[in-house]
Amino acid sequence: MSLFRVFDIAGSAMTAQSIRLNTTASNLANAESATSSTGQPYRAKQVVFSATQLNANQPQAVGVKVAAVSEDQSPARLVYDPANPLADATGYIAMPNVNVVEEMTNMISASRSYQTNADMMNTAKTLLQRTLQLGSV
Amino acid sequence: MLSKINRHFAFNETALKLRATRQEVIASNIANADTPGYKARDFDFAATLGSAVTAQRGQGVGLSRTDSRHLAGKPVNDLEALLMYRNDVQPSIDGNTVDMNIEMSNFTDNAVRYQASLTFMQQRIAGMKAALQSQ
Repeated sequence: MSLFRVFDIAGSAMTAQSIRLNTTASNLANAESATSSTGQPYRAKQVVFSATQLNANQPQAVGVKVAAVSEDQSPARLVYDPANPLADATGYIAMPNVNVVEEMTNMISASRSYQTNADMMNTAKTLLQRTLQLGSV
Repeated sequence: MLSKINRHFAFNETALKLRATRQEVIASNIANADTPGYKARDFDFAATLGSAVTAQRGQGVGLSRTDSRHLAGKPVNDLEALLMYRNDVQPSIDGNTVDMNIEMSNFTDNAVRYQASLTFMQQRIAGMKAALQSQ
């Protein structure tokens, strides 16, 4: 029954989107973390999605998986704050390269995609329920 | 007798199966709306249903085999070959061609048509039941 695979497809997309939402959450939470366990300022993390075939025999069912979580390599944001103990000789501290605006749009996009996939699951559920009632007038 | 009943439902069954498959294809497109480089796919429903029905009635053109070692002809309704890429309306820089408006309208349209096929099937079953009952 191929309608059941709509659940797998939507489910994989929802997992991927929730990982993206998690990444956004950790980026936003650490937007001001000037230091981390490595001693370096926090770097923004981004997920990389990739399409993945759920079953080798079914080319039509393509789900989503998170291929990698990459770190933003752009330079750290320098803030002048000589009073901070982490400041260098010239009085600057390196702050995380998190772009808050970018993260907020990412968050909206992820939540919308999540909703779409949830809707898709609902439609598939309705169709399956009606199919199960077939013949029982 | 049973094969006749089977044939009575065959067309609707094929249509339902294809609708479910199309639902899956469109679901894949929607799921991959944010995947870089993903190309939206779909298939021509009318043509696929037509060829599936032709194959079912045994009217399809097959290869005649004069030796058991000859290769068997591949069926025409091979889904892999039928899946085609959608022409993109608004190309994006990451190579993704999923247009949410098109996909959502197709998804809903297909769902409604699936339900319509179910209703036709229901009618056929009801008709069959009426014919089987003694008055």
